[in-house]
Amino acid sequence: MKSFLKKYLQKPEFAGILLLVVLTIVFQTRSGGIFLSPENMRGVLGILPETALIAIGVTILMIGGEFDLSVGSVFALTPMSIALLLGMGMPFPLAMLGGLLIAAAIGLINGTLTLRFEIPSFITTLGMMYVARSLTIVISGGFPPPLSADVPYWLFTAFVGPYGLFRMSFLWFLLIAFVGAAMLSYTNLGNWIRATGGFAEAARSLGVPTRNVKLFSFMLCSVLAGFAGLIQTLRLGSPLPSAGDGMELQAVAAAVIGGTALTGGIGTVLGGIVGAILIRVIDNGMVLTRVDANWFKFAVGGLTILAVIVNTWMRREGQRIKIEEAK
Amino acid sequence: MTTSIISCRGLSKWYSGVHALKNVDLDIAPSEIVGLVGDNGAGKSTLINILAGVHGPDAGEIFFDGKQVTIRNPKEAKKIGIETIHQYNSVVPTMSIARNLFIGREPLKFSIGGIGILDQKQMSEDSVDAIANVDLHLRSPEALVGELSGGQRQGVAIARAMYFKSRVLILDEPTNHLSVKETNKVIDFVKNLKHQGLTGIFISHNMHHVFQSCDRVVAMARGEIVFDRAIAETDLDEVQSYL
Repeated sequence: MKSFLKKYLQKPEFAGILLLVVLTIVFQTRSGGIFLSPENMRGVLGILPETALIAIGVTILMIGGEFDLSVGSVFALTPMSIALLLGMGMPFPLAMLGGLLIAAAIGLINGTLTLRFEIPSFITTLGMMYVARSLTIVISGGFPPPLSADVPYWLFTAFVGPYGLFRMSFLWFLLIAFVGAAMLSYTNLGNWIRATGGFAEAARSLGVPTRNVKLFSFMLCSVLAGFAGLIQTLRLGSPLPSAGDGMELQAVAAAVIGGTALTGGIGTVLGGIVGAILIRVIDNGMVLTRVDANWFKFAVGGLTILAVIVNTWMRREGQRIKIEEAK
Repeated sequence: MTTSIISCRGLSKWYSGVHALKNVDLDIAPSEIVGLVGDNGAGKSTLINILAGVHGPDAGEIFFDGKQVTIRNPKEAKKIGIETIHQYNSVVPTMSIARNLFIGREPLKFSIGGIGILDQKQMSEDSVDAIANVDLHLRSPEALVGELSGGQRQGVAIARAMYFKSRVLILDEPTNHLSVKETNKVIDFVKNLKHQGLTGIFISHNMHHVFQSCDRVVAMARGEIVFDRAIAETDLDEVQSYL
């Protein structure tokens, strides 16, 4: 029983899942059963991938011991670049590849600057947040370019499944989440990311290519943010220069709510996703229960602090169980 | 006489004008436990950093098993069979014991370009044996290293060196910041090395620890070896007088 309790207390995403269950019950009862209805879930799940994909990237990067505040800007820059490439007559697959390469390049620049000059990634990516946002506005000329009609919208936005519950983007998200989680838990690369974030010096002395591991994580994070931006753009039908504003901190909040440690080394992909779901659920549940929407940020902020307190407490309690048993 | 497992000939190293290591010759026999002592800046760390592949020597040669070797980085040192354990940077506290044992050298079911799927079954089975081999009594290899005491953490690092069949183990001040009880545990690990057929280089500030666990003591000062004798033929005061 004790080891059972210990196992769950030490799961980083445990507190987040618990909060999600509680909030779901509260919203379900307070909204008179509307919250979990297929019509409402359709809406929630339809926009979830956008937040969740960024959260997955940020979570993996944070486990590797670094930060990325530029994801919100990359979220806007990538689809804007794709729209412009399409406008130049490029076919969609090539334009999409081009946009994602731009996102990857930004991740590479973030990582290279951080590692080469040994400065905190918080600073590098804060700078990049402004740079990439500015580039987005400059290349768009301030006006969102129209998307051509032959873009395969259906591949990302079509409703599928029972009750048309999911958009195609949700399936993309599931695939990426699955691959990301498997990468982190079942491959040597995942082991290296965890070791690098947990204690870079030890990882390096054990032969882990910590530099390349971090560069990879920066690039993965950026590409996922860019892909999430593309999904939103196709859902809305036009790339907005202001898209993704504030997403960077929402993603950090999601990662942290899901149990990712700011100090690196601790966290799970599932945790980041649970964090993202919680943010979307609060957003939606507040509307359904007729709470003034201006309280949304208040709730997310409070939840972030609460989750970290609970996580820290549970981790400590989990460790204590072991020590008592060993005596 | 048997061939030395490690022979250094004329090793020298300069750090921005400072002659940190001056023409050092050192021979270590297989299964010998050598205590390396000396004040800060005496050249101990420079010497072992060269053997561990952290830095290259500016001059001199290293022979391993009688064959000349070049050790360009920590990975090459490990490949030759030289493993280093530091006080701080040998384990990752946020990871399990099983994961820690295999960081950087994970067994893979299959891989493409060096990246692949972990063989978790082998990892957990082998880690149970590896831990038992160093007499480290832990209930589960899935426990986080962060929950272990300082001495147990060193045990995990030593278990790793043994698992990967290291031949020479360099222990860089492994007893720093440990309690008396934990220190004794680490000293027991060091004593046991020779029974496992390993050669050890034990760096310490504490002369008592060296006398408790080593066969031979080598003292360094100002980048040179100033004293080198079997423990049985010397005593604390004599070594101290050379430092």
